[in-house]
Amino acid sequence: MTAERSPVKRSRARTPAELVGAVPEPEFEFTFDGRTIPALPGQSIAAALWAASVLAWRTTRVNGRPRGAFCGIGSCFDCLATVNGRPNQRACLLPAGPGDTVTTQEGDGHAEHLG
Amino acid sequence: MQNTSGEVSGVPGPGGGPGPDRGPDRGVGPGRGGASGPSDAGVRSGPGGGVSGTTGEVPGTSGASAGATASAALAVIGAGPAGLAAAVTAADHGLDVVLLDASAAPGGQYYRSPAPGLGAARPEALHHGWAAFAGLTARLDRHRATGRVRHLAEHQVWAVERTGDDWALHSLTGAGGQGRATVRARRLLLATGSHERQLPFPGWTLPGVVGAAGAQAMLKSGLVLPGRRVVVAGSGPLLQAVAASLTLAGADVPALVEASGYAAYARAPHVLAANPGKLAEGARHGLALARSGVRVLSHRAVTAVHGTRRVEGVTVSRVDRDWRPVPGSDRRIDCDALAVGHGLVPQIELATTLGCATRRCADGTHALLLDRRLRTTVPGIWAAGEPGGIGGVQLAFAEGELAALSVIDDGGGTAPGVDRRRVTALRLARRRMRAFAEVMGAAHRPGRGWSGWTADDTEVCRCEEVTAGQVRTALDDLGAGDARTVKLLTRAGMGWCQGRMCGFAVGELARCHGAGEEAAGPGRRPLACPVPLSALAEAAPGDRT
Ligand SMILES: Cc1cc2nc3c(=O)[nH]c(=O)nc-3n(C[C@H](O)[C@H](O)[C@H](O)COP(=O)(O)OP(=O)(O)OC[C@H]3O[C@@H](n4cnc5c(N)ncnc54)[C@H](O)[C@@H]3O)c2cc1C
Ligand code: FES
Repeated sequence: MTAERSPVKRSRARTPAELVGAVPEPEFEFTFDGRTIPALPGQSIAAALWAASVLAWRTTRVNGRPRGAFCGIGSCFDCLATVNGRPNQRACLLPAGPGDTVTTQEGDGHAEHLG
Repeated sequence: MQNTSGEVSGVPGPGGGPGPDRGPDRGVGPGRGGASGPSDAGVRSGPGGGVSGTTGEVPGTSGASAGATASAALAVIGAGPAGLAAAVTAADHGLDVVLLDASAAPGGQYYRSPAPGLGAARPEALHHGWAAFAGLTARLDRHRATGRVRHLAEHQVWAVERTGDDWALHSLTGAGGQGRATVRARRLLLATGSHERQLPFPGWTLPGVVGAAGAQAMLKSGLVLPGRRVVVAGSGPLLQAVAASLTLAGADVPALVEASGYAAYARAPHVLAANPGKLAEGARHGLALARSGVRVLSHRAVTAVHGTRRVEGVTVSRVDRDWRPVPGSDRRIDCDALAVGHGLVPQIELATTLGCATRRCADGTHALLLDRRLRTTVPGIWAAGEPGGIGGVQLAFAEGELAALSVIDDGGGTAPGVDRRRVTALRLARRRMRAFAEVMGAAHRPGRGWSGWTADDTEVCRCEEVTAGQVRTALDDLGAGDARTVKLLTRAGMGWCQGRMCGFAVGELARCHGAGEEAAGPGRRPLACPVPLSALAEAAPGDRT
């Protein structure tokens, strides 16, 4: 246990990547509603969207309200997105892939799916 | 029996390949979609992976192994601290173990680490006790190399059924859950952890409001923050860890808002004295927060969120001992995100579906009823870690090891035999830490007054958009006498998350309106996660592999 670093003693980093000394593999891009979003290999779609300050990528079925990631671990289903035409994907679990097309999922996502 | 290499039978997807409901094949490298890649036991194994005996496993591609499957001696569901400790301990004693986990990497919620592509040189900067985890994963790798443990990553178990002397575990595989696999085992050990408990309040569905544990999870795995200025609120010791991590990672945390206080711990001095590590942990967090300028406000709660498209600020109110807001005590804190949570809830749906009995914990959650050998009330099923009650990572380690030793004692073991002194030490440690967990749970248990935060138009159920007003109407005007009837009348808890987010709140609202104690019983979900109809059809009796 002696080798472990205590996060508390570490001086404050400016970004999460700095904190863990990240040297990521080259970033790539995917699109969200036509907008280009950079992502790092292994990042979930939700994480990449958060990094780009996008917090909502779904509108609810009943009231059309915006939603994004909430539980962060695959339990709440608030982060559903349409990915490459496939609706109801949990963006907090699904790693982003180069060239993915992510679109705001409206309602239960079936309109896009059938269309 | 112990040394037969258990097998994973591949169950075909619809038509054995991409069907009309599967969407376009994403066509990226291995491990990205379970439907096309080989089993992650092979794909994701670290050094020495590519376990012999697993080459025939290609979930989701063909049903070739029908009738030819052997059972593992033990299936462990969940590769968090508890499941990891259990799997390597069982393997040390000669058992064939299959370890299934929904995530791509072992570690569970606590040791969630950045994806390998993020190239983190110091993933331990976001964790305490990294050495213990590193030790376990090294042991896991050694057992994977010999084939004694097969680690099936990205396997989300959605149902378990008894088939003769065996358990059959059905899972969805791959990051998108497109693949299918069924695994058989003689004994079952549930180490499925927990999810966060939430209570509704006006504005909690606005983008920028995230679970406190969720913010922690996204930070640890994706190295991202929900905002620059993040208020942390709710109740429970996890909030301190979250606030500390957020500030370390560069966020500004103006306040940690705790609805309870910390004084309740002092009422159990003997329990505190027996758990010096916990005291040190609390002190360490307190110091870190003070240094980072995080104000800790106890007996206060976020009672409203402001903003139109996203969070712009929160209202913090003083609350009484019962968590009732004190009129006139409101003040506003500007922020661009709110990380909120009210403790954790054991994830026990697989077990309750199989008939395992539960107990009510001091924090108001339902956990599995376990004996001192960590057996559930159903023969052949053990549990370790959070499913037995929320208690933290050290308890999860101890229980995982103890549960595995208990499985060995049950007749599963070969050489070497179980060290009795180790069993005794683990039992004592478990009793001590469980006692602390009860004190902690009682200290942070939500007071009844929280419903005073909700307005009639506050959504209680995020999935089905059911408001507090609708729930109250069901109780007061439509004659719903319990949470189940509320659910049927309003659809609260019947959406995607199956009540994971709103179950506790609906149960408590029902109790506030005079429904019986039973109203807040453990949620029963026939499936542990949403499952495509095609998977159900494949797993139907008569079509088993
Ligand atoms: C989101 C979150 C963040 C947390 N962060 C912290 C923290 O920062 N600090 C802290 O002290 N404590 C934290 N905790 C508490 C922490 O979970 C426990 O202290 C500890 O990890 C418990 O270990 P465990 O092995 O019992 O469960 P977990 O670590 O939760 O492991 C359970 C594992 O089971 C898997 N699983 C669950 N269901 C299934 C299924 N049906 N099929 C397949 N796999 C399944 C999960 O993917 C997970 O890997 C957090 C909890 C949550 C929910
Ligand atoms: S954020 Fe909850 S499921 Fe993705």
